[in-house]
Amino acid sequence: MIFAIARKELKTLFTSPMAWAVLTFMQLILAYFFLRRVQDYMEIQAQLIQMPNPPGVTELVIAPLYLTIVTMMLFVVPLLTMRLIAEERRNQTMVFLISAPLSMTQIVIGKFTGLTAFLLLIIGITTLMPLSLLLAGQLDFGLLASLSGGVALLAACFVAIGLYASCLTVHPFIAAVVSFCILLALLLAGDAAVDGLKARGWTIAAALAQVLSPFKNFEPFSKGVIDSYAIACLLLLIVLFLILTIRRLDAARLRG
Amino acid sequence: MPTQAADITVSAQGLSRRFGAHTAVNNVSIELKRGEILGFLGPNGAGKTTTMQMLTGNLAPTSGAISICGIDLFERPIAAKARIGYLPEHPPLYRELTVREYLDLAARLHRVPNARRAAALDDALTRCGLTDVSKKLIGTLSKGYQQRTGIAQAIVHRPDVVILDEPTVGLDPNQIREIRSLIHELGASYSVILSTHILPEVEGVCDRVQILHQGATVFSDIIAGLKEFHGNRTLLLGLKLPPAIDEIARVNGVAGVEPAGEKLFRVSFAGDIDPSEELARRAVEQSWGLFQLTPTQSSLEDVFVQLTRKEELS
Repeated sequence: MIFAIARKELKTLFTSPMAWAVLTFMQLILAYFFLRRVQDYMEIQAQLIQMPNPPGVTELVIAPLYLTIVTMMLFVVPLLTMRLIAEERRNQTMVFLISAPLSMTQIVIGKFTGLTAFLLLIIGITTLMPLSLLLAGQLDFGLLASLSGGVALLAACFVAIGLYASCLTVHPFIAAVVSFCILLALLLAGDAAVDGLKARGWTIAAALAQVLSPFKNFEPFSKGVIDSYAIACLLLLIVLFLILTIRRLDAARLRG
Repeated sequence: MPTQAADITVSAQGLSRRFGAHTAVNNVSIELKRGEILGFLGPNGAGKTTTMQMLTGNLAPTSGAISICGIDLFERPIAAKARIGYLPEHPPLYRELTVREYLDLAARLHRVPNARRAAALDDALTRCGLTDVSKKLIGTLSKGYQQRTGIAQAIVHRPDVVILDEPTVGLDPNQIREIRSLIHELGASYSVILSTHILPEVEGVCDRVQILHQGATVFSDIIAGLKEFHGNRTLLLGLKLPPAIDEIARVNGVAGVEPAGEKLFRVSFAGDIDPSEELARRAVEQSWGLFQLTPTQSSLEDVFVQLTRKEELS
């Protein structure tokens, strides 16, 4: 059932120009960024060789590439998630899903899975760029795996937040603005809160604040560190927003 | 699938729904047997749509119980919903899908097994006359075809109960006839609840009628019961040279006369004696100048108007 809804979401995405536009523009910008980085790397290569323990191509070219994906997702994911529920309610097609023998949880997780799959596709295609460097040299596969895994988790996190924003209103555009604001607030406040609390020595409060700080949790991934607490925080944030969405939609059925 | 208790497909007891201080539906009970078509009738805002939303699990009632084929809708919502097909007032169509893709989605969501899905789709398409447009995008279809697609998604999984909320609104007379005959066909295999404010629709299609007014049931009976309910029958009598009203009232069988416009009289009579013949004879004998003598239709419309007006007055 979850799969049927995810399939439907993907189909809807690909029948609209939005998905294709997002795919095209993201690939164009990322490819440009990637090539620039490769060129810069070639220029400084001579100096790098003289260093005792030089950073490799994965650290200098690929890690920044994944940071760019994260930055772009900050803008793109709200645009993709805005329609998920808002538009269904606006077109009164939500009734179609609610009347079907499905629980609200299945509907929400189905939508979440569908859009996350689309973002995984983007990340997957982008990962082909660093892999192309294998033609010329060696890659740090551990770091590459940690980077793409981290971005994938972060993408799922963004989708959960966008999904929640989408169920708050019937206007897709407002949903996009709301999810962008939540993401921005988590980016700015989350980081500051974690650092501030840590500086004062309130470790428990800092650990809790870290749940709400997806960008902070991405940092270890970008260094190739598998931090199980960061992974747990990201998963927790996803579950939190999915539960909020389910509860909100169930409440709408009671309120009418 | 059919069990002993499957005779009653929909049973709703004491449904009420309040929105804040406003009571949209007040203590409405519905019972429907297999193969019956129930007409749900009422003026706009009577609570028809709210009731249907509750029956299909889209809205939680403030109080009351609903069971579909003996399955409680609140305790086992998924099992109960699997037996319902619902066409809301605004058909929930995905304009970017083709008719077949959309019905395929409906069938998947309603757990039609993979092996049976193609056959179920073909059956729904044929029944609703959609075979020719099955590869077209829903967004490009005319209103009539969109409505049929809406009905098709409600029956693709062969539910026990089909609930249609104003299925003929906004259609042209030909399309209305087609949809009506389709509903009539559906009645043979499913229990159907049909909401409308078009009276001939109910008289033409339904076995039973339930009239809602201001959220409460004001009338519920089989169609045949309507005639009895409206016991007093009337004639419309037109005379060019009318005599005194008393003179008409004295005709054998006439229970009452009242003026109904210029040279027109509404003659009511009760019981078996129809005074038409006697009235005509008198009119010719005494040169009243008879130009009209018609029985007024004792129809659902009378009952409807009578019931919904009476409430307003009180």
